[in-house]
Amino acid sequence: MDSWYTGVRTHNAQIFGHYIDEPPKNIEYLVIGFSPSSIPLKQRWRNNGLSADFLADYLQTFFIADNVDEIKANIKNAVSYIANELLENAMKFNDEAAHFPTSVVLRLFPNQLMFYVTNSIKPDAIEEFQRFIQRLLTEDANEMYISQLEKNASCEEATQSGLGFLTMLNDYAAQLGWKFDTVNHDTGLEVTIVTTMVQLDVPTA
Amino acid sequence: MEIKTDDYSVRYDEATATISCAGSLRLSGMEEYAPILEMLNNAAEQQAEQLNLDLRNLEFLNSSGINVLSKFVIHVRQRKSPQINVKGSTKIPWQSKSLKNLQRLLPTLELSFE
Repeated sequence: MDSWYTGVRTHNAQIFGHYIDEPPKNIEYLVIGFSPSSIPLKQRWRNNGLSADFLADYLQTFFIADNVDEIKANIKNAVSYIANELLENAMKFNDEAAHFPTSVVLRLFPNQLMFYVTNSIKPDAIEEFQRFIQRLLTEDANEMYISQLEKNASCEEATQSGLGFLTMLNDYAAQLGWKFDTVNHDTGLEVTIVTTMVQLDVPTA
Repeated sequence: MEIKTDDYSVRYDEATATISCAGSLRLSGMEEYAPILEMLNNAAEQQAEQLNLDLRNLEFLNSSGINVLSKFVIHVRQRKSPQINVKGSTKIPWQSKSLKNLQRLLPTLELSFE
């Protein structure tokens, strides 16, 4: 964590969906951190894909049994897709004024993968995001996916497709959870951070 | 007609009525995808009978890209032509997961995998 921040006030945390706090560290895990940067988003965009592919490639090492090519290809594809979407979201919604680092953690369990992506969020985006999360958790994801596609098609101005989480739910059968929290900057400013968690079942090799 | 970078290519061949996409498409939003959507929509206007969408070499497509394909398919549904034939690959897992959704938007769309 950035040294300018003086810790997380967990008593303020708000949890949505299937969120599990970071489990003990006696498992394989990989963390990639991005320090706050003044480099324009457009130039940093390529990092999302490179990092997502790296996570997916790295994971291949742990599937060593023979005849698992199809399973490996499936997992690699899912990790690459999910990590890329999570990082794209983090880069889009990150509160640049907060200078808070973004991180992605991938934890590997025998039958499950867990992703945690943490980033700051712009104050004026929190309410809308939480409303969207409530819809994701209460509505039928399949119907919501199709209606979102129809809505996007009829709205020329829509810049956000809103499809990342919906594809994870529908096409990858992932489980989603979020934790919103605040941290104190040493200037006295409060910054809201969000950790998005994605759980993915993987077949035993 | 072709849009090509180090990461991906999108090519329209008028003679065979085929648009071929290859590589990894991870552009950052609808604005960056606009030239590709325009190519797709123009091809649909030129081809009265059918249009083939060859995705067999498209290794990766982010959700903004899925949105672009969906917008295109809905556009064709509104025009009521041409017939869209999508070709995917069983070797690229995202395709069997996500392409079937295009058929829900346009039931006449033909989807085949090889």
